[in-house]
Amino acid sequence: MRSVRAFAAAILCLPAICGVALAADQPKSGGILRMYHRDSPGSASIHEGATYSLNVPFMPVFNNLVLYDQHIAQNSLDDIRPELAESWSWSDDKKKLTFKLRQGVKWHDGKPFTSADVKCTFDMLMGKSQQKFRQNPRKSWYNEVEDVTVKGDFEASFNLKRPQPSLLALLASGYTPIYPCHVSPAEMRTHPIGTGPFKFVEFKANESIKLTKNPDYWKKGLPYLDGIEYTIIPNRSTAILAFVAGKFDVTFPTHITIPLLKDVKSQAPSAVCVTAPTNVSTNIIVNSSAPPFDSLDIRRALALALDRKAFIQILFEGQADAGGTMLPAPDGLWAMPKDMLESIPGYGPDVNANREEAKKLMQKAGYGPDKHLAVKVSTRNLAEYRDPAVILIDQLKSIYIDGELDVVDTAQWFPKVARKDYSLGLNLTGNAVDDPDQSFYENYSCGSERNYTNYCNKEIEKLFDQQSAETDLDKRKKLVWDIDKKLQEDVARPIIFHARAATCWQPYVKGITVMVNSSYNGYRYEDVWMDK
Amino acid sequence: MFGYIVRRLGLMLITLFGISVVIFFLLRIVPGNIVDILFDAAGFVDPADKANLERELGIDQPLVFQYLHWINGLLHGDLGYSYVSEKPALQEILPRIPITARLAAFALLFSASIGIPLGVLSAVYQGSKLDYALRVVSLSGLSLPSFWLGLLILMAGVAMFGSIPIFNPNPQTLGEMFSTYCLPSLAVAFRSSALTMRITRSSMLEVLRQDYIRTARAKGASERSVNFHHALKNAILPVITVIGIEAAFLIGGLIVTETVFNVPGIARFLVEAIRWRDYPIVQNLVMLIAVVVVSANFIVDMLYAVFDPRIRYTD
Repeated sequence: MRSVRAFAAAILCLPAICGVALAADQPKSGGILRMYHRDSPGSASIHEGATYSLNVPFMPVFNNLVLYDQHIAQNSLDDIRPELAESWSWSDDKKKLTFKLRQGVKWHDGKPFTSADVKCTFDMLMGKSQQKFRQNPRKSWYNEVEDVTVKGDFEASFNLKRPQPSLLALLASGYTPIYPCHVSPAEMRTHPIGTGPFKFVEFKANESIKLTKNPDYWKKGLPYLDGIEYTIIPNRSTAILAFVAGKFDVTFPTHITIPLLKDVKSQAPSAVCVTAPTNVSTNIIVNSSAPPFDSLDIRRALALALDRKAFIQILFEGQADAGGTMLPAPDGLWAMPKDMLESIPGYGPDVNANREEAKKLMQKAGYGPDKHLAVKVSTRNLAEYRDPAVILIDQLKSIYIDGELDVVDTAQWFPKVARKDYSLGLNLTGNAVDDPDQSFYENYSCGSERNYTNYCNKEIEKLFDQQSAETDLDKRKKLVWDIDKKLQEDVARPIIFHARAATCWQPYVKGITVMVNSSYNGYRYEDVWMDK
Repeated sequence: MFGYIVRRLGLMLITLFGISVVIFFLLRIVPGNIVDILFDAAGFVDPADKANLERELGIDQPLVFQYLHWINGLLHGDLGYSYVSEKPALQEILPRIPITARLAAFALLFSASIGIPLGVLSAVYQGSKLDYALRVVSLSGLSLPSFWLGLLILMAGVAMFGSIPIFNPNPQTLGEMFSTYCLPSLAVAFRSSALTMRITRSSMLEVLRQDYIRTARAKGASERSVNFHHALKNAILPVITVIGIEAAFLIGGLIVTETVFNVPGIARFLVEAIRWRDYPIVQNLVMLIAVVVVSANFIVDMLYAVFDPRIRYTD
C-alpha cells in the first residue's frame, strides 16, 4: 500500500519536477561573464591579427556575412549559418557568390549597415582600397576573388577568378568580420565598432578588456549576458588558480594543457572541462636549400626516425593525434584514412624497423656510428616549442644525428625562419579554418612567405589549384588525401602530432561549445548565459 | 652644503644623459623591432607595407635623429606614442606609476619595519635560540625566489580561504586593500627584509662592542636605551645604504611579483613593452626608473647627514 502511495505521489510530482528541470534549461538574462585572457593582444582589430588572442575577446563585437554554427563543434560547409547575410547563392559556373544582406542592422555607433560596408571590408582585405590595414595577414585568402560588387544597399557579390567552394568556409571564420566603412583601421585597432551582440567598452593593455551588451542587437532577445570581462593574466599558474578559486567563470579557450587538466579537475571538481584538438600541428621544418638537408635521403631518414607515439605519450599522456597536414579524423574533415596514413614512410607502427631503414639512408649519405651528423635544432623559446624539440633531439640520436637545442627569442623566431637562417627547426602551425586551401597555399605553396622550408613542387602546385576548384566534395577529399600523402613523402614539413587542450568553465555557465577543428571560430557568445 | 647639493644635482643630470644614450642604443642593438614582430608573426609580408609602417613610426630614420627626436620630446613633456596601443606613452605610463609606487613603498616599509627590529633582537641576543631562529628565517628569505613565495601565497589563499589574492583595481574593504597591495609587497619584502636584518645584526654587533656602549651601561642607561638610542643610531648608516640599494633593485623583484599577482604596474608593463620592442614605452620607463634610482642615491646620501651629525657635506 505504501509503495502504491509513493508511486502515486511520484506521478503527481512529475509535472512539478519536469517544470523545474525545464525552467533550469530556460536561458536567463543577466550577469557579466568573467574570463581570463592569456596575454595582451596587440590591438583590437581582428583583421590585423594572426592569433586567436584577438578573436576570443573581439569576436563578440562583430558579425560576419556567414558564420559556423556556434553550437556544432565540428566546423563544416554544411553548418554555415547566415549572419549579416540573410541568404547566399552561387552562380551556375560557381564563379559568383551573391549575398542578400539583412536590413535594419545598425553599427554600434548608430549608423546603418549596408552593402558598402561589405565592399569596404573586402577591398581593404584585398589591398584595393585607399585605407590600408597596418598589417593584413590573410590577404592571400582572397587571391581568387576578382572583386566585390554591390547591387543596391543590400546585395553584395564576390566575383571569382575560378570556382573556389572553400571561399564560404573562409568567410565563416571568426577571422572574417565585417568592418564599418566609416571607421578608420586605426580607430578599429583601439576602439572597434561592430554590429555584434556586445559593444566594446575599453581595452587596457596588460590589464583588461570589457564588453557590454548591445541592447539594439538585431537578433531580438540576445545576447543573454550583460557583458563580458576579460582579465589579462599572462602567468598560467596564477590564471588557473584564479579559475579554481571561482574568480573566473571560464578559462581562456584551450589554455589548459592535458597535464594541468588533472590539477584543475582535482581542485575544482564541479568545473566542466572539454578537451579538443586545437588544429595546431607540431612539425619539423628543414631547410632543404642548404646542406645537409638538401639531401632527400637525410630528410627521409629524419621522417623515419620519429616515434610519434612517444611524443604524444610524454607531452599529452596519450591524448593527442598523429596525422598528416590536415587535422586527423574524426574531428578533422580532410584527414587521410588510417591505412593510407600508415602507408607513408615513418607512420608505420614498427618504429624500430623505420629507424633501421633511416640508419641505412644515413649511411648512404655518409654518416654512421663513427661519424654523426651535428645539427642545431632551432625552436622558439616557448614551452610548447621547447619540450617537443628536446624529445626530437633525443630521438634523432638513434639515427646518428646529434642535435643541439638552439632556443630563439620569440620575437626573432619568425624573422629567422623566414630568412631561412636555420638548418632544422621545430615549429607550430595553426589553422584557422579546417580547409585545405588555407593550409596548402599558406604553408607549401612556392613563394609563400610562410613556406619556411622552401618546399616547391610545381606538380603539387597544380594539384592545389585542382582541389581548390573542385566542387564535388568527395572528389576534392580524394585529391586532398593524395596531396597530403605526397607532402609527407616529400618530407616537406614532417608533422609530428596535432595537439589537444582543454577549456573549462563553471557549471552554471551554459551555451558554450568548444569547436573541435578550429580554435578561431567559436566565440560569438550571443547565447551564452549563466544559471545563477 | 648648498654648493654640494647643486654639484650633486649637476652630476645627476650628466648621469641621466649617459643613461639615456645607453638605453636608446642598447634597445636598437636588440634584434628585431615592432614592425618585424607584427609582420613576421602574421606572415604574408608585403615589403612595401613593412616599409610604410617603418616610415609611419619613424624607425626608418637615422639613429641619431631618432635619439634627438626622443630627447627633444622628453624635454618638452612629449613622450611619444606607444607603438602597440597607439595611445600617448604618458597616458599609458602614468596610471601604472601609483600602483607600482604603492607596492614599492609597502615593500620598503615592510623590509625596514621587519628587518631592523629583528636584526637588533638577533644582535642583542647573539648566540641564543632566538638568534639562531631569526638567522634561519633570514637565510630562507635570501634563498626563496620571490615568484615561488608569491605562488605559495596564492595557493595558500585558494586552499585556506577559497579566494585568490590577485590584484583588485577597486578594493572596497580593508581586507581587499590588504590582499591587493600588502601580500604582493610582502612577497618582495621577505627577501629584502632578510638582507636588512642581516646587515642590521652585523652592524649592531660591531657597535655593541664599542667602549661608549659600555660607558652608557656604566652610567645606568636602560638596555632599551642602550640598544635603540645609543647602538642602533650608530649602526643604522650601513642599513640605510642597503635599503637605498634595495630600493633600486626593487623593480627587478616587482617584475616577478607583478606577474604572479597580476598587478598591472609599470614593472610588468616594461617587460611586455620590451617583448613588443615598443621603444617609446621602454625608453621612457627605463628613464623613469633611472631617475628614481639616481634620486634614491641622492636621498640616501642626504639622510647620512641627518642620521649622523658627524657627516657634513662641504661646498
